[in-house]
Amino acid sequence: MTFATLSSTPLLSVQDLTFFYTPGKGFGNVSFDIYPGEVLGIVGESGSGKTTLLKSISARLAPQQGQIIYRPRDGEQHDLYQMAESDRRRLLRTEWGVVHQNPLDGLRARVSAGGNIGERLMAIGQRHYGDIRRQAGEWLTDVEIPLARLDDFPSTFSGGMQQRLQIARNLVTHPKLVFMDEPTGGLDVSVQARLLDLLRGLVVEMQLAAVIVTHDLGVARLLAHRLLVMKHGEVVESGLTDRVLDDPHHPYTQLLVSSILS
Amino acid sequence: MQNLPDKTRLQVEHLSKTFVLHNQDGVRLPVLEDANLTVNAGECVVLNGHSGSGKSTLLRSLYANYLPDSGHIWLRHQEQWLDMVPADARQIMAVRRHTLGWVSQFLRVIPRISALQVVMQPLMELGIDERLCRERAETLLAHLNVPRRLWPLAPSTFSGGEQQRVNIARGFIVDYPVLLLDEPTASLDSRNSAAVVGLIERAKQRGAAIVGIFHDDGVRQRVADRLYAMQSPHAAESAR
Repeated sequence: MTFATLSSTPLLSVQDLTFFYTPGKGFGNVSFDIYPGEVLGIVGESGSGKTTLLKSISARLAPQQGQIIYRPRDGEQHDLYQMAESDRRRLLRTEWGVVHQNPLDGLRARVSAGGNIGERLMAIGQRHYGDIRRQAGEWLTDVEIPLARLDDFPSTFSGGMQQRLQIARNLVTHPKLVFMDEPTGGLDVSVQARLLDLLRGLVVEMQLAAVIVTHDLGVARLLAHRLLVMKHGEVVESGLTDRVLDDPHHPYTQLLVSSILS
Repeated sequence: MQNLPDKTRLQVEHLSKTFVLHNQDGVRLPVLEDANLTVNAGECVVLNGHSGSGKSTLLRSLYANYLPDSGHIWLRHQEQWLDMVPADARQIMAVRRHTLGWVSQFLRVIPRISALQVVMQPLMELGIDERLCRERAETLLAHLNVPRRLWPLAPSTFSGGEQQRVNIARGFIVDYPVLLLDEPTASLDSRNSAAVVGLIERAKQRGAAIVGIFHDDGVRQRVADRLYAMQSPHAAESAR
């Protein structure tokens, strides 16, 4: 486990991105870069546009303005919404991952746990049944789901187990970039801690870049290197996580931070 | 680029900071005004001043945890001078990983991670071999009298003093060229306090530049090469 030296080119560059469903609902003029191995947190209350922003940067909602540049390898770069639809979809199944707030939105309910994980491996061209099943089993164990549940349907799992299964499904292909929407939302505190611990470890081990949307500043502090604070569709403050939380400058950030129960 | 003497590790110039509390009628709290400070390799400067004089704000600004309004914090980072005030988040992360260490009494407990892992982590992140990290962590935990049976356990269940010592071990595991100490000996008994003083003296010997806050007079006498007197901004401007 080593940290890559600071890579100088961002993996993803978001430039002046705008999308409004109606005036006041959406986000405007958002720009940021994300580098390999870096976790970016997007915080703000519900209705601030953070989930819509996540959708747009994760290739699921074409922006009205601005662009997103993805640089998977040296000398290679793609304008996300200039790519063919099929290429964008392939990206989501292979080099990127999306972890939904409601795990059943990111899982196939009528496919076994092993099948849910194996599907992504097949998307990157793996065909050997035994290999796929073995990797699925390893990932199940990594996310602390008993191997005996490999052939069970996700609908029989608890919420916390479903969320861990969804994470395993996304990470099995060793993605470069993962998008997560409130990954610990709706989970018990003890289950949350376990999941956060798991995510922290995986981010370091796999040099994963991640964008995490959360309204929970504790989660943001634990996972994110940098934060964007959103209000009414705009980024009102951004920077190093501990600086944003310990020395907030914008009135809205000050309000958010002072509202935490401690 | 700055022309600073070779032995200088940290130079603070004209640093000012005022907190503005937007949700409390926009009250302005000027805490630092034109602070200047130079710290050389192998020396420990102790910030001195009454409570509320800005010691903690200055120390946190040096770590880039607080953002000053104006001035410079020049830090020698990998043979180059970097001004921490305008530095971006990624530069600060690199500085904290390699050059600048922070030791406080408060451990931010990470769920389910063992004390040994908590201590090893900063060294592991530099890509150092795991066995070496473990040896170093064990030596530090033993030096700080953390009972061996606690090492494999998550510190969330430890006593305050035990957590504090785990955190101090974590702060000293990397040989940072510059160390910031925020009352590391507060509420430790004399034996453990002496153990921490031992670590500080050793860090000075290897050439670390240290800035610290210490409330305990005895400890301050032992580790300080110099005291830095905090100067309160104009009283007239300070809020009630």
